[in-house]
Amino acid sequence: MYDVIIIGGGPAGLTAGIYTSRDRLKTLVLEKSMCGGLVATADFIENYPGFPDGVKGVDLMVKLKKQAEVFGTEIVELKEIKSIKQESGKITVQTQKEEYISRSLIVASGSIPKMLGIPGETEFRGKGVSYCATCDGPFFKDKDIVIVGCGNSGLQEGKALLSFVKTITFIDFLPFMKAAKILQEQLQGNKKVTFLLNHEVLSINGANTVNSVTVKNRQTNEEKMVLVSGVFMYAGFLPNSGFVKDIVELDKDGYIKTNEKMQTSVAGIYAVGDIRSKEVRQITVACGEATISAVSIRDYLQEFPK
Amino acid sequence: MGKAVDVNDENFESEVIKATIPVLVDFWATWCGACQTAGPIIDKIAGEYEGKVKVCKLNVDEGANTSTQYSVMSIPTLNFFKEGKVVDQIVGMTPDFETDIKTKIEKLIANK
Repeated sequence: MYDVIIIGGGPAGLTAGIYTSRDRLKTLVLEKSMCGGLVATADFIENYPGFPDGVKGVDLMVKLKKQAEVFGTEIVELKEIKSIKQESGKITVQTQKEEYISRSLIVASGSIPKMLGIPGETEFRGKGVSYCATCDGPFFKDKDIVIVGCGNSGLQEGKALLSFVKTITFIDFLPFMKAAKILQEQLQGNKKVTFLLNHEVLSINGANTVNSVTVKNRQTNEEKMVLVSGVFMYAGFLPNSGFVKDIVELDKDGYIKTNEKMQTSVAGIYAVGDIRSKEVRQITVACGEATISAVSIRDYLQEFPK
Repeated sequence: MGKAVDVNDENFESEVIKATIPVLVDFWATWCGACQTAGPIIDKIAGEYEGKVKVCKLNVDEGANTSTQYSVMSIPTLNFFKEGKVVDQIVGMTPDFETDIKTKIEKLIANK
């Protein structure tokens, strides 16, 4: 039996692992695909403290994973959670083939990319539609692409793609960009870049692969086609909370509600990182919450010895 | 422990298109983290299905023309070939990757 099982190997999960392992709590991290979460697919992180020249997302996460392992955290990848059961102070986590038991649980399962639900989005996934610029960018060398979403993710990944692609058309539903001003400044005025704000993407079109998107100007209702080979979706995120929705209390958007100690509505179960109900989702916030949860768990387990 | 056969633009036709048994081709790249995890799974499957299915790996940097020919735009992409034609595909790393591949391979071998 473990003292702590952590679901999710992103910055929140791994930071929690560092802290609980250093408290000599037997800790297991279960990660759905590969450790690193959304950070590992981000090209370059410029706002994480301690890195004045920035750091590659994958480099930061490789180090974080190693740090958790140094203190004894057991990490298992390619394990998707099928169900969770809690009874008599014991939590049972079921994957496809295994069952793991623990005295406490930290849900750090993060987010999944929001899909627009438009024609062509599913059909052309991997055939021009991508949710990861660092993964698929190289396939669009000297091609025209669209980036849907002008938040920090869209603009940051757009910056990274500029060196590969021919042109980038940024599209956003809103009439303004949510991205940090510095990113906006760095891209505005670049000859390769066009911004279509206040535009709705109606469909992604193509034959074998993507060859265009149809957009509508929300002010004039004018529709037009933008000829592109690739569509990178950075239209926001949804909480990855399906597997716990019947166990812990969620907010109206599906994020897990907790108090200031990261405790959910069920004793012994905690939630940290992007999955947690809150306003601000950043790496620094995820790591901070993970720390708090580890301290909470240490106190909780002391009250209920094995 | 099995090992997948490395293929590239030069030998793709002889190794894959002209193969007498079904072929699974794993399109991967050195800069793709998910592909590094997929690698050992692909090699394991190569061993398990030796003689029934030929398992190949194509590094997209060494097989750029082949990748373009098959419209590979996301990796890992697994193409299942029968008599030189793509009959099935897996794009991206699924959580039950090994099971998903084996399910498709069994279907491939069954449909004579």
